[in-house]
Amino acid sequence: MTQHGEIWVYAEIEEGSVASVSLELLGKGRELAQVLGVPLSAVLLGHRARPLADVLFAHGADTVYLADDARLAQYTTLPFARVLTGLVRDKQPEIVLYGATPLGRDLAPRVASQLRTGLTADCTDLQIGTYESGGHLYQNKLLQIRPAWGGNIIATIVSPEVLPEMATVREGVMHVPEPVNGRTGKLVEVPVNLDNEPAAVRILERTTHPRTVDLRAANIIVSGGYGMGAKESFALLEELASLLGGQVGASRAAVDAGFIKADHQVGQTGTTVRPKLYIACGISGAVQHRAGMQESGKILAINTDPDAPIFQIAHYGIVGDVREVLPRLIKALKGKL
Amino acid sequence: MPLRVIVLAKQVPDTKNVTGEVMKPDGTLNRAALEAICNPEDLNALEMGLQIRERYGGEVIFMTMGPPRAAEILQDALCRGADRVILLSDRRFAASDTLATSYTLAQAITTHLSPYDVVICGRQAIDGDTAQVGPQVADKLSIPQVTFVDATPEYDGAKFRILRDLGRVKELVAVAPPVLLTVRRTANSPRWPSARLVLKYRRARCAFDIETEARRQQTRVDELLERLRPRGLFIETWGAEDLNADLSRVGISGSPTKVKKIDNVVLKGRDLKLYGADDAGVRDLVAQLVEERTFG
Repeated sequence: MTQHGEIWVYAEIEEGSVASVSLELLGKGRELAQVLGVPLSAVLLGHRARPLADVLFAHGADTVYLADDARLAQYTTLPFARVLTGLVRDKQPEIVLYGATPLGRDLAPRVASQLRTGLTADCTDLQIGTYESGGHLYQNKLLQIRPAWGGNIIATIVSPEVLPEMATVREGVMHVPEPVNGRTGKLVEVPVNLDNEPAAVRILERTTHPRTVDLRAANIIVSGGYGMGAKESFALLEELASLLGGQVGASRAAVDAGFIKADHQVGQTGTTVRPKLYIACGISGAVQHRAGMQESGKILAINTDPDAPIFQIAHYGIVGDVREVLPRLIKALKGKL
Repeated sequence: MPLRVIVLAKQVPDTKNVTGEVMKPDGTLNRAALEAICNPEDLNALEMGLQIRERYGGEVIFMTMGPPRAAEILQDALCRGADRVILLSDRRFAASDTLATSYTLAQAITTHLSPYDVVICGRQAIDGDTAQVGPQVADKLSIPQVTFVDATPEYDGAKFRILRDLGRVKELVAVAPPVLLTVRRTANSPRWPSARLVLKYRRARCAFDIETEARRQQTRVDELLERLRPRGLFIETWGAEDLNADLSRVGISGSPTKVKKIDNVVLKGRDLKLYGADDAGVRDLVAQLVEERTFG
């Protein structure tokens, strides 16, 4: 089989905008589409969502499939799964990608089950490559790369014999492509047939807490771990971060200890970041934390334990107590900047 | 009306508790050396099931699919208060991905455990971290799902009111049974096994154990079963035939995803440049970062 179907990105709507992970996927999707020589499309399910199609075109979508219906105004599993499954059956894409967000991880498995196709969760990289099994060589397959076993291994998964190949992809690990203003594409309106579908799950209340910190956009992140010792010590991180125009991050241990809110958590269960400079203060560098920050441009580690794993991936290190080193660093910076 | 609650669980390697002893000399993980435990969020699922039973009446059935050894988590579930436990185990179930696993679990539910009201799973397992089996079981059962549940639902006799925690968004939803829930670790604190139940169930065992025992004691399996069953010490064990399973949909043949390769994560070991912790060291570091334009 040499004829390939399209690559699709499920365009998630977050507070009325396209979720950044969906834009990241358009960037990666474009790379994959070039290898396969196929178009890149986005699938947009919502209500009065037409303006968002232009955002998707600007970020690289050749086609946008738009399902616009009042019953799709808010995400609920069954109507969205039904519309998307029908569309996949109709158009037969080669690959469908979703953000590994709570929504993506609710929707994608349901769709995969209906289609009886493969799905790989929470990928951190995607490539096109070959797979060999039982003397058979499968070409141009989606290699779905993801950490497993608490980040201790990296697995490469393929779905050699089924279509579409589907994956959810972790937020923040791929780059948002530069938008091209005025770039257009083909808009395909998708009929929505939910007439016999009673709303099984009804949303009674929905509250959104604004993002208090956006770590993914930060150039410099000053992050604290359990080694900060106390909630009060995080004031030092705040001071250093504001001096550098950066943001404050944290390890899971620091969040669990109540030093700082979960919004600030970096790592496998928090945010994946790749700032220009990551300053790890009192962070030992458990594999789950490293998974979320090791692609940073430069890493500075400050820790009392010279054998802490964080020093294995750091470019610069100071062996010492953060509560003594940080005030010196702040003082030295005030002199320099 | 009493509620029938089915909790689905998985025995997993304890990947969160990686100590030096399970690391190989080359810095990679010795996977065989990890302890096998009940997936932590599946204990939250069991706790939620037990709370539903205590508030609204009914029974809690705790089921897993896995090798014979997975009966360990079933015995533990009996000691924590499950009414009935079931092991799905068959060589042909081996190497199942999430699609084949969800088919097998759903098949067991539809063939032997219907009608039911609630199916509860942990949000995700700590070995694969996929969070896919719950929604896929719901799909196979053609029932709605509510994922990321953060508190034991309230039930008014017709509908559940359920709180979901999606990170920045919290949702309160209403849904009528039957429904499948996936539970976050923050939903509750799992209770410990009770001493009374441990005494009662510490010798509970599955069909595989009983076959071995019968061979060793040179008795008949059904004789042993006759003794164990009335005391609740026989862990029901079902294979592919018991489930009336389509063999093309279980195990490796029912699994569309294949592992192409596994790479061990090895710490890279960069060229680390160390600076002193004193004023002079810190000043040198700042000078370096300014010079290479990492600052500013």
